[in-house]
Amino acid sequence: MKQHEQVLFKNRSPGETAFLETYRKSGGYQGLEKALTKMSPEQVREEVKKSGLRGRGGAGFATGMKWSFFPADKPGEKYLVCNGDEMEPGTYKDREILMADPHQLVEGMIISAYALQIPVGVIFIRYAYEQCSRNLERAIAEAMEAGLLGKNILKSDFSFELHLHRSAGRYICGEETALLNSLEGVRANPRSKPPFPAQKGIFGKPTNVNNVETFANVQHIIAHGSAWFKNLAFTESGSGTKLYCLSGHLERPECFELPIGISLGAVIEEYGGGVWRGRRFKAALPGGASTPYLTAEHLGVGLDFDPIEKAGSRLGTGAVTVFDETTCMVAATLNLNRFFARESCGWCTPCRDGLPFINWLLEKIENGQGEMGDIDMLREQIRNINGRTFCALAMGAMGPMQSLVDLFEEEIIDHIKKRCCPLKT
Amino acid sequence: MTDLLPQNIHDALAAKAIEHLHPREMIIEVLRAIQDHRGWVPDEGVELAGQILGLTPLQIEEIATFYDKIYRQPVGKRVIHVCDSIACWSRGAENLYLYLQETLGISPGETTQDGTFTLLPTCCLGLCGEAPAMMIGLKAYGRLTRERIDEILATERAEAGA
Repeated sequence: MKQHEQVLFKNRSPGETAFLETYRKSGGYQGLEKALTKMSPEQVREEVKKSGLRGRGGAGFATGMKWSFFPADKPGEKYLVCNGDEMEPGTYKDREILMADPHQLVEGMIISAYALQIPVGVIFIRYAYEQCSRNLERAIAEAMEAGLLGKNILKSDFSFELHLHRSAGRYICGEETALLNSLEGVRANPRSKPPFPAQKGIFGKPTNVNNVETFANVQHIIAHGSAWFKNLAFTESGSGTKLYCLSGHLERPECFELPIGISLGAVIEEYGGGVWRGRRFKAALPGGASTPYLTAEHLGVGLDFDPIEKAGSRLGTGAVTVFDETTCMVAATLNLNRFFARESCGWCTPCRDGLPFINWLLEKIENGQGEMGDIDMLREQIRNINGRTFCALAMGAMGPMQSLVDLFEEEIIDHIKKRCCPLKT
Repeated sequence: MTDLLPQNIHDALAAKAIEHLHPREMIIEVLRAIQDHRGWVPDEGVELAGQILGLTPLQIEEIATFYDKIYRQPVGKRVIHVCDSIACWSRGAENLYLYLQETLGISPGETTQDGTFTLLPTCCLGLCGEAPAMMIGLKAYGRLTRERIDEILATERAEAGA
């Protein structure tokens, strides 16, 4: 297992959480000091743009570009929101950051707030991450005490207050506009766009939302420069490191910080310890439950935004879930689809009614009662859901569904012809 | 009121709501405070949250019914949420879920006769590296086996004073 430069996991140590003292010893808050004393907000934005950082929450939108839509120079009520509603199945990187080194998020948000000239920030954190919330509460209190957060940060003119919002479940809250509704205290259905949050976010005010891992990268970019950050990547087009969360049929299902662009095969073999029980690799979700499957022919694909898209899938959150040769892909996809059907907020028809219908079709096939026409019906459903829903939840669900019918059609046919699941033991 | 929310917490929330620019933002916070104390959120809890925040019971109810971790029905002293998402599924969560149902003698959504445990599913808990996993209350448990589940249930049962 080759050791690569650790940026976000520099202070990670099993069972321990680094707080202010450890964080500062490892260079913490130097990025903030540099930003506040040597750079204008515009220069900070420019540096982040040049770094090529892309959002780590799933969509992969360029952070500098997102920031450029924000009315930073307009005075008034504005909000900075951290999306810590990490609920994409297979994903646990934000949890790892907040369990190991929570000040990284705090510092990243302060610098981002300075860059975008935002006076108030909120960290939205999911119900299941109670320990992360407690770590953040302590980190925020320590930063306040040290004059790194609050009024006149480091004796500058810049002030920023940071709040923590504990949620109560539901995957849809991770959708950017649903999250804003959730914060306002109304039902967390997604909003129609435009207007985008940068124009009208919480309470109709300009709001910028980024993921935990995205924010955590910001101070490293500012402290060490955009060129350094770009160089961390394996790929020419990539930038930075990526936290890859390994799960499924691996010997070592852990979270690793690796140069972005490392190949799927290398992640599985060198870091994940290979497929468990000496079995062979069958398929993997490369970036969480919303991404199409990759198969053995894709083991050489670099886990970065562009290469994975060329291979027909998405980097998503960087959560790699591996399936061994004994896995029934119909059953796996049924599990994924059940998740999406249950977590649908019910706002729009294709998602609310289409996903349960797909569940019914997949259950029928898995239980040996499928008919050949069901495959066409699955394709028909995919066509009628994709692009016709209010938000990306159902489209995400169609990722693995589409790849099931494209890559594993033989296996579906086998179920139908044998009138049972051929892989059930 | 005291069986819904201790007086000191009630007063602190009420004071915060008066100061707050948008008290509606506090709905989940107030509901979770009631649930922490009462175990679940009865109708009177919805009304109380409305009084504290200056909102109608309907405005509270539409939030209370949206989130799966706000309980609008009575639950046991300990709520078990078993992860049934893909990473846990791939490592035997279905069998462990059945084992829990068998051991506790209840189906999902039910509470044991002694009122100790309620069993519910949950989506991914972010414990995929320790799959299969579950959460009891706010406590996370990973690397589950039948033996480990027996131990955890015994400890939680003792702590719940059953």
